[in-house]
Amino acid sequence: MAGTGVLMLLFLVAHMLGNLKVFFGPEEFNSYAGWLRTIGEPVLHASWFLWLQRFGLIACVVLHGVAAYQLSRRDLAARPTRYQHRPPARASYATRTMRWGGVILALFIVWHILDLTTLTVNPLGKPHHPYENVVADFQVWYVNVIYIVAMLALGFHIRHGFWSAAQTLGANSRDRDRLLKVTANVLAVALTAGFIAVPVAVMIGVVS
Amino acid sequence: MTAATHGTTSTSTMKLTLRIWRQHSPEDGGSMVTYQIEGVSPDMSFLEMLDVLNEDLILRGEEPVAFDHDCREGICGACGMVINGRAHGPERTTTCQLHMRQFSDGDTIDIEPWRAAAFPVVKDLVVDRSALDRVIQAGGYITAPTGSAPEAHATAVPKEAADFAFEHAECIGCGACVAACPNGSAMLFTSAKVNHLNVLPQGAPEREGRVLDMVAAMDEEGFGGCTNSGECTIACPKGIPLQSIADMNREFFRAATKRRR
Ligand code: HEM
Ligand code: SF4
Ligand code: FES
Repeated sequence: MAGTGVLMLLFLVAHMLGNLKVFFGPEEFNSYAGWLRTIGEPVLHASWFLWLQRFGLIACVVLHGVAAYQLSRRDLAARPTRYQHRPPARASYATRTMRWGGVILALFIVWHILDLTTLTVNPLGKPHHPYENVVADFQVWYVNVIYIVAMLALGFHIRHGFWSAAQTLGANSRDRDRLLKVTANVLAVALTAGFIAVPVAVMIGVVS
Repeated sequence: MTAATHGTTSTSTMKLTLRIWRQHSPEDGGSMVTYQIEGVSPDMSFLEMLDVLNEDLILRGEEPVAFDHDCREGICGACGMVINGRAHGPERTTTCQLHMRQFSDGDTIDIEPWRAAAFPVVKDLVVDRSALDRVIQAGGYITAPTGSAPEAHATAVPKEAADFAFEHAECIGCGACVAACPNGSAMLFTSAKVNHLNVLPQGAPEREGRVLDMVAAMDEEGFGGCTNSGECTIACPKGIPLQSIADMNREFFRAATKRRR
């Protein structure tokens, strides 16, 4: 869970920063998307790096999900009887929503690939014009809702997930606990805000 | 001291409604049974309050409520019940050291046994915690020569290591961490035991085997996995910190890579 989670997190930071190029207009954004297909050249053939990354990320998503399923099965079996008296949990909202938050993110990833990679559900769906596709997307109210809800879920998932991964990997200690929690919150807020900036910018007309 | 303030006992007593999990045998279904109790002094411990209830039940010819206890001074780890949904009740202490002044006249108090697949109910509030003993047996010991006591200064222990070991040695094995964990996980207990011995020179010969074997034993007993919910640390009467789990994981990775070589 921790290993795959951290790999996906690294991708998300790069992805979020890349998305912000949308603020510099269609030429810059589209040429950036084109450049993504040239990474690794000439050692690698065109788009090979992109495909390696795709397979790597799909493996991460699947392994992360399988591990979450196995852990949940084991955890539910270890606590078969609930208490009659259930006071409010003391764990944070982020901690308590890891399972459902993860399910929301998995559904979002499927939808997101159908939307902006395969362009199957994209309102414009013009190949090699990611900027135009993104702008077309966020003209539609429910696309905005899907993206914003998913990004809020992502923020909560990372808020608990980053620190929890540090615990699991043995990277936490009494001295580092505060720093890791602050880092988790900064990452969560930065990723959520950075990703949400794009639909919001299209909605208010800053990007069109 | 004047007669009016004689002793520290306050005069007002409480009337409480108790809802207690009654279960005749491990096979029995069990259910919550309601009891009324009067004359509870705020200075009684929680177990003394149950003693009063039990005396009453015995006089009425009913079966007293079974619960575990021994030292009644918070050091043995025998006592433990879930009070209003919290392991050991509302205060950070053991059930035997919890006092009735934490409750108010007229309160309804729900009392349940530790709940975990690895802790089957024996009777009423008594659960079988021998799973924790088996985790200890897997590695919670050091190999020491018998005979006369060694010279106390023969093995130097750095101050930091001694403090760290002492902090973890405080774990009394009560199992509140397991009872409070939504996953019935014993990671806090196991980490306390592993860290206590692994940091000391006396524990060094078994350092790798200890963490690997104790974690394996823990998994075998049917305890759940850790999701870092943190409920264990809040419930722990000895305040074993959550970072102890990270400390144990670090030991685990170190041992796993060392063994493979
Ligand atoms: C509002 C936020 C987001 C926007 C605007 C956005 C936009 C995009 C765009 C335009 C692409 C296609 C890039 C290209 O064709 O070169 C893409 C690809 C991708 N996005 Fe996002 N994205 C967002 C959030 C996310 C999140 C949160 C995740 C993960 C949970 C994610 C996962 C992916 C993946 C895995 C790909 C790669 C698919 C491929 O290999 O082509 N995205 N995104
Ligand atoms: S870690 Fe704390 S709660 Fe768990 S067994 Fe030890 S003393 Fe009890
Ligand atoms: S009876 Fe010994 S700790 Fe409570």
